Amino acid sequence: MSVDDSGRAWRFGDDIDTDQIIPSRFLVSSDPEELGEHAFNDLRPEFADGVESGDFVVAGENFGSGSSREHAPLSLVGAGVAGVVAQSFARIFFRNAINLGLPVLICPGVGDIDDGTEISIDVDEGFVYDHDEDVRYDAEPLPPFLQDLVDEGGLKPYTKRKLESAD
Amino acid sequence: MTGKTITEKILSEKSGEDATAGDYVEATVDAMVTHDVTGPLTIDVFEDVTGGDGALAAPDDVVFTLDHHAPADGVQAANNHNIVREFAAEYGANQYEISDGICHQVMIEEGFVEPGDLVIGADSHSTTYGGLGALGTGVGSTDLGTAFATGELWFRVPETIRFEVEGDLPDGVYAKDLILRFIGDVGFAGATYKTAEYGGSAISDLPIHQRLVLSNMAIEMGGKAGIVEPDERTATYLEDQAGLDVGIDPDLAADDDASYEAVYTYEGADLAPQVSKPSNPENAVDVGETVGTPIDQVFVGTCTNGRYEDIRVVADVLEGEQVAPDTRLIVVPASRAVYQKCLETGVLEALVDAGATFQSAGCGPCFGTHQGALGDGDVALATANRNFPGREGSMESSVYLGSPATAAATALYGEIADPREIETTRYDDHAVSDVGVVR
Repeated sequence: MSVDDSGRAWRFGDDIDTDQIIPSRFLVSSDPEELGEHAFNDLRPEFADGVESGDFVVAGENFGSGSSREHAPLSLVGAGVAGVVAQSFARIFFRNAINLGLPVLICPGVGDIDDGTEISIDVDEGFVYDHDEDVRYDAEPLPPFLQDLVDEGGLKPYTKRKLESAD
Repeated sequence: MTGKTITEKILSEKSGEDATAGDYVEATVDAMVTHDVTGPLTIDVFEDVTGGDGALAAPDDVVFTLDHHAPADGVQAANNHNIVREFAAEYGANQYEISDGICHQVMIEEGFVEPGDLVIGADSHSTTYGGLGALGTGVGSTDLGTAFATGELWFRVPETIRFEVEGDLPDGVYAKDLILRFIGDVGFAGATYKTAEYGGSAISDLPIHQRLVLSNMAIEMGGKAGIVEPDERTATYLEDQAGLDVGIDPDLAADDDASYEAVYTYEGADLAPQVSKPSNPENAVDVGETVGTPIDQVFVGTCTNGRYEDIRVVADVLEGEQVAPDTRLIVVPASRAVYQKCLETGVLEALVDAGATFQSAGCGPCFGTHQGALGDGDVALATANRNFPGREGSMESSVYLGSPATAAATALYGEIADPREIETTRYDDHAVSDVGVVR
């Protein structure tokens, strides 16, 4: 993903839990697109219709707290979200997002980014770029173990390779 | 060399490495669990990584329950149940039926968890197993589906925050009140990526069913796990509940020189019953600050407080009384075994006579979709673990969290009430023995 790939920021606050990302009544499906139609259904009903492929979710502290339901990051993938940038993440959501290949960045400065701002993210370099204000926010780098996992394409390719080498 | 926390010891044992907080290890897991909500996605991942022709690494250690939509509340939920049933039968995994109970209670009753085990579940409250001295943690479906295939998973070894409670707890104060206070003090994200380790004389005096409450809600402060040092009570409980004969390894305890990120200390005598106000578990206050709040629905159940001893507390308060006229009481046992015990001991009869709705075992209203969902404007008090916006139904509803004793007092008065104001002999939980028999 390069800085040329920009999208609009959908701005959320602190402590957005997984119930808010995808309410429980929609968890009867495992289909990303169907889940994507209900992302933030109750918290921000205009999200699913308004989001465009390549947009970003920008949030405050503790994004994705609560349930282990992988349907939460999967619904964002299904909605076409290109990445999630937050001041901090809950543990299971962060791990699930990486496992799904949904780019996530921990970026303390993004509290200043407003709704609708045109932004880009660079996961390799670890920064968020605000095109409207011409400001760059540095993200926390991924630990080397996680970076290796991401470079390999996520946990599923990693596991496939492990299973093949065990044969 | 500094000593180790219980978490570091378990992850060292399971990874074969000298694991210290901050390390990344690959560890063998002892048991894995998923349910009707996260199960189908887990199955998709397993079939993807194995190309559809693989085997479970350890089918005897894989457990499926049907608890969130139990019984099925719609066609899609019913189809998901069938996906789970067919997969478990084909691959030889353990599968439990609707109303057998909530995954965490089933895992414990059926003997899948022993002290020192490493257990993962595609449910965030898999932290519950820490009450038995196991390292239990919630993971997503990709983590679990790959572990189905390999029997292993990677872990970042977490730092540990220790909570120490000394002395006796006052009557009317339970483990639920302790954990709400801890979450209030540490904050909703205060233990993110960390283990909460609970110790001190008040914790070792707790019966196991109460220790499970402490561990269950570790995730409500962001915790990866919540763990209590196992002891002879643990062994007795497992023998009685699950027919397990486990020895307690004296080394399965934190070293005196273990390194903690923080230590919180409490005097048991200073603690009061706690209520977490809407809409975050960290909004814990002394019950007195909420007394008099009108309540439309009281819900007793969930993987936090749906055990026999919890329901017994409520029955003892309500026996011969009536639930307040403008309030509904919904009781949902955590498992079929809990239901049967309520039946055999007269607890079910006492509650139904008092006007309660008694449902078959499962997650009940805590999943927010059926069997007690809240409408617009409804205000509830629940023994559950979460009170997020819309958690039990409408986004316009609100949920207070409290102990079963607080729930019982509230059901009696129709408004939040202080359980210490009710004759304490009626629900003296401290007289409940480890083996679940009320003396």
